This record gives sequence, structure tokens and C-alpha cells, in this order.
Amino acid sequence: MDIIKTEDVLYEYIRRDDEGEVTGITTALDHISLGIKKGDFIAILGQNGSGKSTLAKHFNAILTPEEGTVWVDGMDTNDVDKIWDIRQSAGMVFQNPDNQIIGQVVEEDVGFGPENMGVPTEEIWTRVEESLKAVGMYEYRKHSPNKLSGGQKQRVSIAGVLAMKPKCIVLDEPTAMLDPQGRREVIEAARELNKKEGVTVILITHYMEEVVNADKVFVMDSGKIAMKGTPKQIFSLVDDLKALRLDVPQVTLLAYELKKKGLDLPDGILTVDEFVNLVSQQRG
Amino acid sequence: MLRDITLGQYYQTESVIHRLDPRVKLLGTILFFVSLFLFNNPVGYVIAIVFLAAVIIMSKVPFSFMVKGMRTIVVLMLITVLINLFVTQGDVVVSFWKLRITKQGIILAAQLALRISLLIIGSSIMTLTTTPNHLTDGLEKGLRFLKVIKVPVHEIAMMMSIALRFIPILLEETDRIMKAQLARGADLESGNVFKRIKAMVPILVPLFISAFRRAGDLANAMEARCYHGGDGRTKMKPLKYKSGDAIAYLILAAYMVLSIYLGRLSLFKIM
Amino acid sequence: MTASCQGEAKGEESVSIIIDHVNYIFGKGTEMEHKALRDICLSIPDGQFIGIIGHTGSGKSTLMQHLNGLLKASEGTIYYNGEDIYEKGYDLKKLRSKVGLVFQYPEHQLFAETVLADVCYGPRNQGLDKKECELRAYDALKKVGFPEDYIYSSPFDLSGGQKRRVAIAGVLAMKPEVLILDEPTAGLDPKGRDEILGLIKELQKKENITILLVSHSMEDVAEYVDRIVVMNKGEILLDNTPKKVFSHYKELEAIGLSAPQVTYIMHALRENGMNVSEDATTISEAAEEILRALGRTGS
Repeated sequence: MDIIKTEDVLYEYIRRDDEGEVTGITTALDHISLGIKKGDFIAILGQNGSGKSTLAKHFNAILTPEEGTVWVDGMDTNDVDKIWDIRQSAGMVFQNPDNQIIGQVVEEDVGFGPENMGVPTEEIWTRVEESLKAVGMYEYRKHSPNKLSGGQKQRVSIAGVLAMKPKCIVLDEPTAMLDPQGRREVIEAARELNKKEGVTVILITHYMEEVVNADKVFVMDSGKIAMKGTPKQIFSLVDDLKALRLDVPQVTLLAYELKKKGLDLPDGILTVDEFVNLVSQQRG
Repeated sequence: MLRDITLGQYYQTESVIHRLDPRVKLLGTILFFVSLFLFNNPVGYVIAIVFLAAVIIMSKVPFSFMVKGMRTIVVLMLITVLINLFVTQGDVVVSFWKLRITKQGIILAAQLALRISLLIIGSSIMTLTTTPNHLTDGLEKGLRFLKVIKVPVHEIAMMMSIALRFIPILLEETDRIMKAQLARGADLESGNVFKRIKAMVPILVPLFISAFRRAGDLANAMEARCYHGGDGRTKMKPLKYKSGDAIAYLILAAYMVLSIYLGRLSLFKIM
Repeated sequence: MTASCQGEAKGEESVSIIIDHVNYIFGKGTEMEHKALRDICLSIPDGQFIGIIGHTGSGKSTLMQHLNGLLKASEGTIYYNGEDIYEKGYDLKKLRSKVGLVFQYPEHQLFAETVLADVCYGPRNQGLDKKECELRAYDALKKVGFPEDYIYSSPFDLSGGQKRRVAIAGVLAMKPEVLILDEPTAGLDPKGRDEILGLIKELQKKENITILLVSHSMEDVAEYVDRIVVMNKGEILLDNTPKKVFSHYKELEAIGLSAPQVTYIMHALRENGMNVSEDATTISEAAEEILRALGRTGS
């Protein structure tokens, strides 16, 4: 079953001048139809302004479509009565680690979601404990978020979503403001959740290395789904990606360059091991 | 430079006062203030000082730490005291040049100095022994009755705690923006007042834009985590009275009765 | 390392910045007190493109803020073109126009009503007349590839990538001799990253501006810089050409950094018995090296 399904979704940003006259319309989502399978690790790529974030905000009813429908776990996001159920099913982690932590102590921040949902006090404590342990931040539970590194803050945010027991987590460029160490921490935490807890993960990113292990990749461009497939399929199309202002991991690019120079290599090599094996076979 | 400012100067330690419910401390502070304004003889003040001293000792906060926080207010206090000292009419004790000091003036000034010091120390005990978080919780629950007259108590408390969370972030941001404009040759220190205010524009505009951007982001993040006001909300750390709080209330009541009764007795009056 | 600091510096004539045994103590006298910089010695020759690498909190941004006098060293000193910038009467404002500093997310510092006015802010602070300011602003916007049609629009209506160009132009318009950029590609898409870095390389080549690029990304740095300075816990850990620095990839990992993927590929190939040299740091070098090892150079 699809945990998230969109059909023909249209969303526009309308700019107005001081008199309220429309001065411009940007179509952020241009008739998007897609389905996301339960338990998958999904990656969404796309250049700045391609509509990725707008799409992400549709997945937990922060935005609702002008035309078309979004279903989250079978619920229509336009159904006002279901809005809190939807937001509980599809949690969201945003880009800026500072702007999404509400609590002044780590554990209190993680408890914020369950508090809003009206979870009984004792259960909040068990949920907070479990969630912080799941992202490896339990020992920091009494710390002030201001003293944490970017990667740690993002893991706290993930724990905050996890404490709401969602079926799906949408991460909207969670690593954009982090250093490599922080990026690794966050991606690892997301992967763990997907594997161990079976939570569906939707990762929006600019970093190609983070996409390599995804089950499926969507590439967006000017509000449309420009490409979709497995990482291998997507990264085989180096030129197409470059045309969309994107990139491929270095190892993929190196293989691609070597192939152009006449080496007999397959498309879409994603890991160093794979590359080394295949190149070594070329010897002799 | 800007991050040196510390707000809600909580003093971390374990003590009876620290453990008290914030509502007890809030009410205690308010009642203590009220008592100070009701006294009209020295006995009241003696009782108040003894009471406060006992609380300070129990709180385990070093007295020197408390006084440190008072330094800025001392100037203000001195001015008030001096004005009272010189303008009060009555029996002249000393006079020089055009100034006269009266007996009533001395008493009034002394009373005022005492009152202000007690007020400041009294309120600082509350902030020193209560985390800002606990304090907002206490306000929210303690003032819940105001909801009847449509005061959005939960929202106000939430705003306070968000403000406390973002103050250090915004201070850091201000620091960064100032440095960035300094790097572009901004001159923030010379020129007259008008010029200096104008020089602040390149700092204030980005700061406001950033604050609004953060507010928007935060609103999204809160909504995404199912925030919809105070209705139907549970608490991770609900405030619950313990037996110690009941004792504290009793002591407080005893203090009020005793100090006000004795503090208003005309027997001890000096003026 | 410390001993060579002075000697190296004196030998060369075109050295623009010398950092001489600089220590910086953060939050002195408070409970937050810690040494943010420890005995830093660095000489920066004219026209070099240097990458400064280190994870968050390694002291790289703190060091950069010393170079234009925004922070003052607790100990040690800094020479700009032979003059001690801590000397009494040294004009710091002038130093700031010679050593331009582009902060992280510089677009967050935009404030004026039009792009042109914002870029003019720096030159105006230098005391130039309106015409000269505007000429410089035009020139700077052109250098960063900003479309001329938009110079009178509000900087807040632009896309993220364009805003960043405007912010960089704002510093360029002051005609700096040294340009420091703190993570200029953060938050941009891959093409946007390439464009900004390409533009910076261009500035170094054509305008002969000395560039200090603070970055997290080894891949980016490997592609563009002449020299890499690796910082860790307020100290300089490595200072060498990219090839030499990346050969220490195990040490880089130990402090939470990593070498470009290419480095790992070359090492893995070699371990697998292939006769490639490990010091290729860019894709094109690696491709060439692999083809050579496979005996396919001719094809």
C-alpha cells in the first residue's frame, strides 16, 4: 500500500503588489502524481526552486493542493477533520536546526509533539526516552539545545518527530546547513529508523552521496517529476542530471569519464567497491 | 560582546527553595511585596528581613551572587533616596546652602532604601531558584483562572518560553550581522546621534527579516508537530504540589499575619 | 612548524599577510572561556588560492575574522603588507576594504531597497562619491555574473543563488586585495556550487585577488585551490598542497573530516594490485592515471 499518494497536484505561489494586483504566478507544483510505498527510503532531488520543499510541505498538510489530491495513509489532506492525524502520521524535519527546536531542554523538545497530541504524561516519558535512544541522543537529554552541534540538533528534531510515532518522516534538506560529520550523523539516524523501525523516510537533499542507498529517487524540475527510478538508474544518466543543475557522486562521474574514454564499464556505478572490482577486471 | 548578557540568571544548585513549586514562589514573591507596602513601623521590616534572610540561607545561593545582580539598580536607588532625603518637609536636622535635611526625610529615605533593597532581593530569589521554564509553567498554571476573563494564559506562557529560547540565537545573529557590515566598512561608533541611528539601519533591517524568517519556520515546525494551542494538551512535566509546598504556604500565611499585624501596630510607630 | 613561521615569511617579498603566533581566548573571564586559536602561524602570499578546512568549531571562522581586524588576537600579531595591524593608529577601516570578508549565508546581510544600493554600501563607507560607488557596483555585479536587468529590483525578490551573488558583489565592490569567503556554497544546488566556485577562481586568476576559501567540502577544495590549511581544535594540523594533505586521509578522518572520494578510489585500486599513484585528487587526474595504469593512454 502507498503511504503517500498524490494525484495531479497543482500548487501556485501568487505574488501581489501593494494594491493587491497579481504581479506574477510561479507554479511550484505542476500536476504531480506519485506514490510512495510503505517502508521505503525515498530521496527527492532537484535544483533550488524546483518545488521539492513545496512538495514536502504537502506531505503533512502544512500546504494543501489547489487542484488534485494528496493522501497520507489513506487520508485526504484537504479533509480539515483529519489534519492532526495526518501530521501525526507524517512527521517533518526542516532545514534550519535552530528554527525548529521549541524546548529549552532536549527532552522537553522531544516531548513537545506528544504533549500536543494529548498523550498521557507517563507515556510521554517512555516515548521521549525511546526516541532519544533511537537517534543516539539519550545522554544529552538534559542539555540545552543551544549547546549542541548542528548534527546533534537535527537528531533531536528527528527524535521529536519520532516521539509522535509517525509512519513516515519527511526530511526537508536536513543536512544543508551541517558539516560533513553532522551530515553523516543525520543520514545514519534516518537510515536506522527506516531499517529498524520500518518508518518510511522521504529525504530531500542536494547531496548526491546521501541518495546512493535509497530505494527510489525522484528528480524534480520546475514543479514536475523529471526523472524517477532506482539510484542506479538515475545516476546512469549523468548528462541529464547535469542539465538539471545536479550532479552524481565522484565515483559515478569517474566511471562515466572512463567509459567515454573507451573503458568497458556499466552505467550507474555507485560505490567505490563496485568501481574497484569492475576496473580491476579491465586489466590484462 | 553581545552574548555576555545573561538573562533569567538561574543559579544551579539543590535546595529546599529550588524544589518548591513555582506557583508557591510566585505567590510568595507577590505577598512579600504586598507586605512591604503595608508596614508603617520598624518591627514589620525586622520581620521581613528575618524572613528573607531565612529564605536566602535555605536557597543556598551565595549572598554575594545576589548582590552582584543588584549593582545596576543601586544608582537608581540612590537617586530616589536622595530626592526623598532633600525634598521631604518637616523638622530640620541639618541644613547647608539651599538644602535642608529633615527628620521625616531621613526616615522616609531610609524606609525607601530598605523597601527597594528588599523588593529586589526578594524577586531575585525567585529568578535565581527557578528555571525560566519552570517559571513560565508556574505562570501558566497559576494564572489559569484568568482564562475565565479571556486572557490567553497558555499562549502568553508559550510566547515567553519561545522568547527565552530565541534570545541567545538572535543575539548571536546580531553579532554576526554587525560583523558582516563592519567588514563592509560600516562605521557604528562615530558621528552624532542622528548619524548613529542611521548607521544602524543596515543591521536592523537584516535582523528583522531574519527574526520574521525564523518565526515563520518555527510556526511551520510547531504546526507540523501538531501544535494547536493549549486545548487538549498534556504535559510532560506537569506541576504537582508536594507536601513541602503545603508547608511553604503555611509558613507564608504565618508570615503575612504576623508581619502585617505587628508591622501596622501603632505601638511601634516612630512617625 | 612554529620555528619556520618567521623565516618563511621574511624570505618572500610578495607575502601579503603574516599571522605571527596568534592566540585567541574566547570569553575571557567567563565560564565559557576557552582557547579558540592556539599559536597560529601562517604566511599568505599574494595571489594564492587557499582552502581552509576544518569541522565546525575548529577555529577556522575565528581565524578569518582576525585577518580584517574584527577580532583581536589575545597574543601574537598579524602583519598586512609588512605593517602590524595592532600598531597604534593603524587604520582598521582601511584594512577592511583591503581584506574583504564574505560571511556564511551573506545574503542574510542584505538590507537596501535595490540591488545596486546594497552593493554601493561598501564603497560609500569608503567615502567615495556616488558616481564612483555606482561604477564600482556595476563592475562588481558584472564580475559575479549578475544579470544587469535586475540591478534596480529589490534584493529580497531574488532567488537564493542570485542573492548570494549580490552579497559577494557587495564585498568585491570595495576592491579588496584579499578575499575571504566563509562557506560560500552552503545551501546551493550542485550547479550553483560549481558556478560560485568557478567565479571565485576567475577572480583569483583575472584580478589577481588572494583567496581564502573556508569550506567543509574536500571535493570542492581539491578542484580549485593551490594550498590547503587544515584546522582542528584551534590549531593548524596540516598545511600543504591538496595532494600532500589528502595523503593524510586517515588523520583527516580521525578529526571528522574526509578526503575526496577519488582519494579513496585510488587507494582501493592500489590495494587491489593496480599500479596507480594515489595522489590524484580530481576526477580528470584520476581518469588519466587509471587509463595509464591500464595501458590505454593512446586511445
